[in-house]
Amino acid sequence: MLLSPALAISAVLFTLGVLGVLLRRNAIVIFMCVELMLNAVNLTFVALAQNLGLGGQVFVFFVMAVAAAEAAVGLAIILAVYRHKQSVSLQNMNLLRDG
Amino acid sequence: MSVTVFLIFGFTAIASALLCITRRSPIASALWLVITLFCIAALFVGLDAQFLAILQVLVYAGAIMVLFLFVIMLLNLGRPGPSDIKGPLGILVAVVLAIALLTQLLVVSKTTLPSTIQLPPGTVAAVQQQSGMVGAVAAPLFDAYLVPFEIASVLLLAAIVGAVVLAKRKL
Repeated sequence: MLLSPALAISAVLFTLGVLGVLLRRNAIVIFMCVELMLNAVNLTFVALAQNLGLGGQVFVFFVMAVAAAEAAVGLAIILAVYRHKQSVSLQNMNLLRDG
Repeated sequence: MSVTVFLIFGFTAIASALLCITRRSPIASALWLVITLFCIAALFVGLDAQFLAILQVLVYAGAIMVLFLFVIMLLNLGRPGPSDIKGPLGILVAVVLAIALLTQLLVVSKTTLPSTIQLPPGTVAAVQQQSGMVGAVAAPLFDAYLVPFEIASVLLLAAIVGAVVLAKRKL
């Protein structure tokens, strides 16, 4: 009964996450948008688990574990970059750019 | 949970996600994201995943967002600086891409599931009734998904070591 509203909400949330990644230049805000996308996918997993079995709910655990690991390492990378550039704007992170 | 309550939480989640991606100050973004995560936890309750809703509040809204706020305050980025949103061309490209993606996702979500892979109605509820909300998720985690579970523990260990190495000034 709640399946189709849940899928629609998670589609909109995922799109908002993508929009944030495309629009912003602040690395920390982009990380938060990635977390938003992961949460939208989690919502899809939980919604479909009602019809397709509890494996979907188990998978949400693994998504949460990977998200926690990603947040820890990603924020450590941002700290290291900030120490070199004194900024978290992605405009200043062009060390590997060609020419 | 009735459909109306579910939709109210859903719209609150969408509205605060929209505010999260448009606020200039990273602190404001993070706090709006916390509201989105709480609303998603409420949606989990509506979808009969009470244990995951608790985990969502503890792990996401509790631990991960505190980590984000910690880094924002450590780097002293709390004051809203010049806007970091891209120029008009960037906004146009982003909105067009987002509309295309949203259309695709909504079309995909309208497809009906084939009845061969669907469980008979009430199967999941019966399992949850029999072994409890936590047991229904924990039993497959330590049975069918044991190997991924162990791999996840190694991944978390690697993430701990990696974060310490990256954030240290001198090794």
